[in-house]
Amino acid sequence: MSSTFETVAGIIAETCDIPRDKITPESHAINDLGIDSLDFLDVAFAIDKAFGIKMPLEQWTQEVNEGKVSTDEYFVLGNLSANIDKLVAAKAA
Amino acid sequence: MRLEYFQMVDRIAAIDSAARTVRADCAVPEASPVFEGHFPGHPLLPGVLMIETIAQTGGWLVLALLRFRRMPFLVQVKEAKLRAFVVPGQRLQTEARLLHDGSGYAVVAGSISSAGRKVADAEITYRVVPFPNETLRTEMMATARRVAVPEELLHG
Repeated sequence: MSSTFETVAGIIAETCDIPRDKITPESHAINDLGIDSLDFLDVAFAIDKAFGIKMPLEQWTQEVNEGKVSTDEYFVLGNLSANIDKLVAAKAA
Repeated sequence: MRLEYFQMVDRIAAIDSAARTVRADCAVPEASPVFEGHFPGHPLLPGVLMIETIAQTGGWLVLALLRFRRMPFLVQVKEAKLRAFVVPGQRLQTEARLLHDGSGYAVVAGSISSAGRKVADAEITYRVVPFPNETLRTEMMATARRVAVPEELLHG
């Protein structure tokens, strides 16, 4: 598992009071972990701070609402971690 | 402060766009129906209105930084501390600092002081969304001018 996922899982466990061992790369933040939109803002704030990025939540939401991608792309934690890695790489470039 | 209208900030004293900070002045009215109930014979500014005052101070900062293109709505209050009573006629100074400009949300740390002593502080999260209608945007711009938000921060 990537260190990004480990960081994200730790943030979710602490922010949302979810046992760490229930959080896996296959977990869907909403469907499996029951994180609601307000709690997800806390998670997003902590992720943005931890990685020095600004996750484009509005763009992602629009893509999901327009049917361009499934929620899995951004809410399954392994995928979310990969997207965070891309944002970090883009920032460093 | 116009407590009955939830207009808590009287005057923006300074907004620093680079430092992403704001300072404002608020005068608690000598009389208000709020004080008739809270509390009879012992009037105090309700704690929720102190938190609202911090939220509105930070809200003006977010509005100004976004040049009034989007509206911040309060969604979360963290670590709120009400450190002292606030009474009718008291003059307050408020401050807020943007902690994070997220995608569709913003987080500020804000506080209220009086006579150099901190009386309340909190971390405030807003959802930041397009204005739901032009009426609200027009009213917010008018109120911004009344509280002396610098004109150059109203547009752009």
